[in-house]
Amino acid sequence: MKSAKKKAIVGKICVYIILILISLLMIIPFLWMLSASIKTDKEVFQIPFVWIPENPRWDNYIRIWTKMPFLKYIGNTALLTVVVTFLQLLTSSFAAYSFAKLEFKHKNALFLAYIATIAMPWQVYMVPQFIMMSNVFHLNGKLMAMVCLQAFSAFGVFMMRQFYMGIPDELCEAARIDGMSEYKIYTNIMLPLSKPALSTLTIFTFVATWNDYLGPLIYLTPNKSNWTIQLGIKNTFIGQYSSEYGLLMAASVVSLIPVLIVFLALQKYFVEGIANTGIKG
Amino acid sequence: MSKAEGRKKMSKETRRTLVAYSFIAPNFIGFAVFTLIPVVFAFILAFTQWDGSNPIQWVGLGNFIKLFQDTFFLSALKNTIIYCIGTVPLTMIASLALAIVLNQKVRCRGLFRTISFFPYVASLVAVTAVWKMLFSKTGPVNAILYYVFHVPNNELPQWFVGGLVMVSYILFSVWKYMGYYMVIYLAGLQGISGEMYEAASLDGANTWQKFRSITWPQLRPTTFFVVVMLTINCFKVFDIATLLAGGDNNTLTPSSTVLVHYIYQQAFVNWEFGYSSAVAMVLFVLVLIVTIIQFRGEARFSNS
Repeated sequence: MKSAKKKAIVGKICVYIILILISLLMIIPFLWMLSASIKTDKEVFQIPFVWIPENPRWDNYIRIWTKMPFLKYIGNTALLTVVVTFLQLLTSSFAAYSFAKLEFKHKNALFLAYIATIAMPWQVYMVPQFIMMSNVFHLNGKLMAMVCLQAFSAFGVFMMRQFYMGIPDELCEAARIDGMSEYKIYTNIMLPLSKPALSTLTIFTFVATWNDYLGPLIYLTPNKSNWTIQLGIKNTFIGQYSSEYGLLMAASVVSLIPVLIVFLALQKYFVEGIANTGIKG
Repeated sequence: MSKAEGRKKMSKETRRTLVAYSFIAPNFIGFAVFTLIPVVFAFILAFTQWDGSNPIQWVGLGNFIKLFQDTFFLSALKNTIIYCIGTVPLTMIASLALAIVLNQKVRCRGLFRTISFFPYVASLVAVTAVWKMLFSKTGPVNAILYYVFHVPNNELPQWFVGGLVMVSYILFSVWKYMGYYMVIYLAGLQGISGEMYEAASLDGANTWQKFRSITWPQLRPTTFFVVVMLTINCFKVFDIATLLAGGDNNTLTPSSTVLVHYIYQQAFVNWEFGYSSAVAMVLFVLVLIVTIIQFRGEARFSNS
């Protein structure tokens, strides 16, 4: 009996050791980023390595704002993220309500169009999309191109519909008998109930838009004043001959803060969202 | 039923349809214009030659014949597949192991979970910048190899050039995405009833035996889903390759290129829209094959 207890304790210790090792592996690049962001370029690769330099260069965090139009890039990214997230939530929950709770002609055919493109990677049609966007709508270099690109995803409609399917039909029926219009049912009943699903969609859209690189690279590269944070950091600091490591790391830290705040605030919904896609497939 | 009543009923139905369409319209118009039309266009473009300004030329299967004689394309295809073969099993094992550990009763479980998620939500531009510095020629990783493992100076690896570049992609990808798949596995683990483990304990099964005969078989649908998702995401890799190994203008070499990067390069550097779409079709076929396997697998799991 005693040996079994001993074994259990040894097992527990092993579990903690594994956990701490993995966590270190996960977090060390971030700690290193923080440390490098207050160093001079020489100190970054200095040996022996120190976490906090003797004279922390806090002014790295000031210089990044003048080194490039950082505020402008943050503004662009924030605007884009807010508009895309808002449009995404509004239009997909709207459409999803119809697919989940209303009966109408061609419903299945329309829904099939959405389903079919979920399995289609954006990378397959990004080139014709770009041609259309620049030749027909003349949106090349404009933030509007990014909005059109990201605001109407099939994924959002699909996810919201799954959620609405779980809400009993009787709720809508009762409201209809009371003479409520469909628009009223949507705003007064469905929308308040769908807070968890909306939160999940918010965080997914927010993180994806904020961190997007390929989209802005294709559309916004020629127009410097519309660059997003990711494009700005990449094009200002990361190149064959640039070696401003301290500044690069300081800018990276600043670019991570908004996503981390949103993530920590909505973490529960994020985890639930991923877990649900895993179960339902 | 009188005629008037019939008309009234029909108009009611029409009204209902109109209301339903009004809900769908804002999303569907955007979706149709910016997604459906380009998708159809992509299939046509693959059989043409077009630089965007001169008239489109129909070339039939010409692009595809050219593709399979194009050594750069073949490298991109090969690299993407190597990347898949390395990333999929490693990420799966790492995320499963982490999920099993985090499914135990441990202190600070939430904290550990949050930490393993950090890499997933952090932007690729920022984290690849850190990795490039950590693994640079004079960076900390090589310093450890030099001082601790006494690897001679001239044998220190260059992580983002030549043969090692794929290893770097794979390691980075596992680090970045294991937290995401861990959550899927955690959900799967929570679906296994504790009674099975209790019964196994009574029979004297050890931890490994419990894993072999309960956890692994019970998680088969989850593992299947994880492998499918991972494979599709590996096919789509672009940012990791471009940001880790890309030159000043996002250029990649035959040893570091991947499919989506070749699509990007043919379209936006060489202005070969038709040829680039032919590469995109190869990507589409790869993803389609995995999706068909997924549908078949899911049908099997839901039957059993």
